[in-house]
Amino acid sequence: MASYTLRRILGAVPTLLVIITLAFFMMRLAPGGPFDSQRRLPAEIERNIEAAYDLDKPVYQQYFLYLGKLAHGDLGPSYKNKDFTVSELIAQGAPVSAKLGLSAMALALLLGIALGVTAALNQNSLSDHAVMSVAMFGITIPNFVTAPLLTLLFGVYGLRLFGVDISLPVAGWNGGALRNMILPVTVLALPQIAIIARLVRGSMIEVLHSNYVRTARAKGLPSHVIVTRHALRAALLPLVSYLGPAVAQLVTGSIIVEQIFGLPGIGRYFVLAALNRDYTLVLGVVIFYAAFIILLNLVADILYAVLDPRVSYRR
Amino acid sequence: MIATQVTQEGAALMVKAQDVQGRSLWVDAWRRLMKNRAAVVSMVVLAIIALMAIAAPLLSQYAYNHQDYDRISCAPNWWNDPGVCNAGGTHWFGTDNIGRDLFVRVLYGARVSLTVGLIATLVSLIIGVAYGATAGYIGGRLDALMMRFVDVLYSLPFIFFVIILMVVFDRNFYLLFIAIGAIEWLTMARIVRGQALSIKQKEFVEAARAGGVGPAGIILRHVVPNVLGPVVVYVTLTIPAVILSESFLSFLGLGIQEPLTSWGLLIAEGKDQMENYPWMLLFPTAFMAATLFCFNFIGDGLRDALDPKDR
Repeated sequence: MASYTLRRILGAVPTLLVIITLAFFMMRLAPGGPFDSQRRLPAEIERNIEAAYDLDKPVYQQYFLYLGKLAHGDLGPSYKNKDFTVSELIAQGAPVSAKLGLSAMALALLLGIALGVTAALNQNSLSDHAVMSVAMFGITIPNFVTAPLLTLLFGVYGLRLFGVDISLPVAGWNGGALRNMILPVTVLALPQIAIIARLVRGSMIEVLHSNYVRTARAKGLPSHVIVTRHALRAALLPLVSYLGPAVAQLVTGSIIVEQIFGLPGIGRYFVLAALNRDYTLVLGVVIFYAAFIILLNLVADILYAVLDPRVSYRR
Repeated sequence: MIATQVTQEGAALMVKAQDVQGRSLWVDAWRRLMKNRAAVVSMVVLAIIALMAIAAPLLSQYAYNHQDYDRISCAPNWWNDPGVCNAGGTHWFGTDNIGRDLFVRVLYGARVSLTVGLIATLVSLIIGVAYGATAGYIGGRLDALMMRFVDVLYSLPFIFFVIILMVVFDRNFYLLFIAIGAIEWLTMARIVRGQALSIKQKEFVEAARAGGVGPAGIILRHVVPNVLGPVVVYVTLTIPAVILSESFLSFLGLGIQEPLTSWGLLIAEGKDQMENYPWMLLFPTAFMAATLFCFNFIGDGLRDALDPKDR
């Protein structure tokens, strides 16, 4: 087990290195320097600025300097937000993004599992078909469509339900108030709810047909015990390996959601940086995201090996 | 003795079989697909959208970039008397906030979105099939190496690399095709490789090898045609994924540039105007959602049709 974990961790390091290298050199492909502007600066000043950012050195030296700083958690200064370093900007946005992502993941797991199990227990019934149709919707419609539509419904038209105003704020963070979180978290969670419901339904049906469940039935266990004690455990196992892709999708989704709802998370900084050509910030955020996704993939793999005794650690 | 008998019976059967019209896998699959109502409806809807996109310049008298300053943010109103808004000709979907006809813009958006979808998928198809078939057929250490490379690429958040490319190269239209295509080939390669691994054990491949056909010939003539089933299914599911990626980038302002447009860009523009002019959001949204649904239903239908073991 320990050697399996160690091997997986060692395997993640080169992947991360490949990402950093690729991203770094792709950024250096950009024609023109980051400080080229309409107004030509005097040559000496330009040289001074370049020296301050190590841009006067050959590219491979810049690369190793960057790697060295990165090892100390320093992602360099932001080219466009002059008073901030990239690490500071990421640290500012991270709590917002984390709160958003975690809430969405929790909501998706809760609703997705509940819906999937319901559908599986009533296979081919009306409720099964209803859940699967809604899931098809959730998977097909991207969140940059659901976000404006829900905003239109709850924010702009301000739906009234039984005479109660249930309109919701459509933008802003407001210190993470619950009312401000509802719409963004729902939008972010919707596709995940759909995917998880489909996954759980599929594996639950398979498990319910397996021999040991039949044995449990034969020995007369009540069916709620069979479902919760025996079937659910095995049926939820595939979810663990979906954790990695889910995180990647949540990260991509959060970029859109933060943009639409105007939330001050990392995704918002990323888009602004990409539009402003703030190279160091784009590079820093890409590396941060990649590291995060790789880490979660790693956790999912190890968790899976721990939970499923059938996975062999030796190879 | 028994063997000869069996061969004779087989020969007799074969003679009989000549009178019967044979049904290939594809004819069979086609029939099954035709029985799938959702898939058939989807194909019709998709064909209509595609034809409208192709014929866009003929369907409207307005150019996609023509601005009419007298008719800014006109609501679609063709069912009433032609008012000021429709005086110069009907604006089926109304106009946008700088007076462009939304109908023609949605269709031009369809052109861009569908073109990106098809070309990027083609790129991913070529790379994925070539890569997967080679790795699967040759096998051994090369296979392990090639698939390890795919594994590494799999864990990269690729959309960010496309974003970096778009930042660095200033939103080049053609680069968008290639960049998106280049990120979508990984799953294709895995599918093809898995199929190729099993196909190369089959007798007909052995026969071909015994007959002196080289590796390239076997891959092209025997392996590739036999992996087409799963590949076709995956292609129909890749197209909507690509359309989504493109729309995602355009929505963020990192994809297609004005005055050209795509569904993602139209949705982004519509989102800003939706408080007062909801049609600017609803029409492109409806077209894109319908297209994505159609591709997903066709993909599901094809999978059921081509993979009889699930039935």
